[in-house]
Amino acid sequence: MTTTWPIELTVNGRRRSIEVAAHHTLLDVLRDDLGLTGTKECCLVGECGACSVLVDDVSVDSCLMLAVETDGTSVTTVEGLATGDRLHPLQAAFLETGAAQCGFCIPGQLIAAHALLAGNPHPTRAEVEEGLAGNLCRCAGYGQIIEAVLVAADAEDGVR
Amino acid sequence: MRAFAYERPTRLADAVGLLATHGPDARLLAGGTDLIIRLRDGSIRPRVVVDVKRIEELDGAIREDDGHLAIGARTVMTDIAADDRIRRDYQALAEAAAVVGSVQIRNRATLAGNICNASPAADTAPALLVYGARVVIAGPSGTRRIALDDFFVRSGVTTLETGELVSAIELPRPGGPRGTVHVRRTRRRGHDLASVTLACEVRADGVTRLAYGSLGPRPVLVVDETGVLADPGASDLAKMERLEALFVGASPSPRSMRASPEYRLAMLHVLGLRAVGTAIARLADGTVRR
Repeated sequence: MTTTWPIELTVNGRRRSIEVAAHHTLLDVLRDDLGLTGTKECCLVGECGACSVLVDDVSVDSCLMLAVETDGTSVTTVEGLATGDRLHPLQAAFLETGAAQCGFCIPGQLIAAHALLAGNPHPTRAEVEEGLAGNLCRCAGYGQIIEAVLVAADAEDGVR
Repeated sequence: MRAFAYERPTRLADAVGLLATHGPDARLLAGGTDLIIRLRDGSIRPRVVVDVKRIEELDGAIREDDGHLAIGARTVMTDIAADDRIRRDYQALAEAAAVVGSVQIRNRATLAGNICNASPAADTAPALLVYGARVVIAGPSGTRRIALDDFFVRSGVTTLETGELVSAIELPRPGGPRGTVHVRRTRRRGHDLASVTLACEVRADGVTRLAYGSLGPRPVLVVDETGVLADPGASDLAKMERLEALFVGASPSPRSMRASPEYRLAMLHVLGLRAVGTAIARLADGTVRR
């Protein structure tokens, strides 16, 4: 039995071979081992969504997943949304709409919104609300956040 | 989080072997949405965590077998809520799966994990109980099947023996026309554990099955064979009298922060009556709506 595991995964398009402690979560490894601090640590019980990332294009709370479970997968964090210095259309829409106040929840909101639009490119407002229900914003900027996702969906091109 | 060893067997027999060897020092990991919270807060301290997601014999498939629909141990809530067969024939289960946690939680949380954790508030449990779900259990002496009603003991405790794990959940095919529904009460819209979670089945033969959770140490199934609840012509007063008799065993905890016992009991009856009404309407429609 071992308490550390070698894993291979792709993070934001880059192949990584790393050794992880079995009891470290994906969130721990992203922030502390890989230095990707865009993914936020907050409630640690799967209620706030600040730690949302995509694992094989499926949105998950990275605080509730062991890093070792991601062996062989492809992980996308908020750092992987923009292309070079060109913002992802969702990021542009969040800026344009003034959706970020303190900004802490925004990486998770962007990831959740990205997953939503990937499966449903033209959601209704209710579908956006449900899609983002796992992402809390303590500034309570929900109106602008939902608006930003609808704006990005309308922009169509560029949003996968 | 305290350190532990991690194992990811690829064969069912190896997983059973690990569980049998380590007994209470081993914990199964499927979706992890409950397990990792408890590992972090220290309420469980296993020496080994056994990940079931690479076991060849276990999968996330939903398949039609002889006389039932089998939901594999790795099937997540998102897939259950979206499955056409479940939405058509087991509508209350689709509805319950769709309100568990958030999108992120539903993408990971499994149906098998939901029942193995045996939370009294498990949202899928009432629907599974009214559908007469069976639990397929793999263990050192082979495979056995038991009714879900014989699986729950109390919060966090099931009749699983050392070395055993749930490999699938089977839903018997509907025996005839029926209307079913899941309803719940939470403190707020959006994701929250239920103060009352309830499922109802009204059958064309006049039998009504109701199951409720969050009102005692385990989810409870009750059956009305008088025909009063299923009767579209019966008054709400008559139905409520029947519900009061059926719900007499509800025993909500006085210690919960989520809702008082009085509120839970009152809402159990209100939701019960509403659910019966919806199930009757769905039976009459013979259509599936979401």
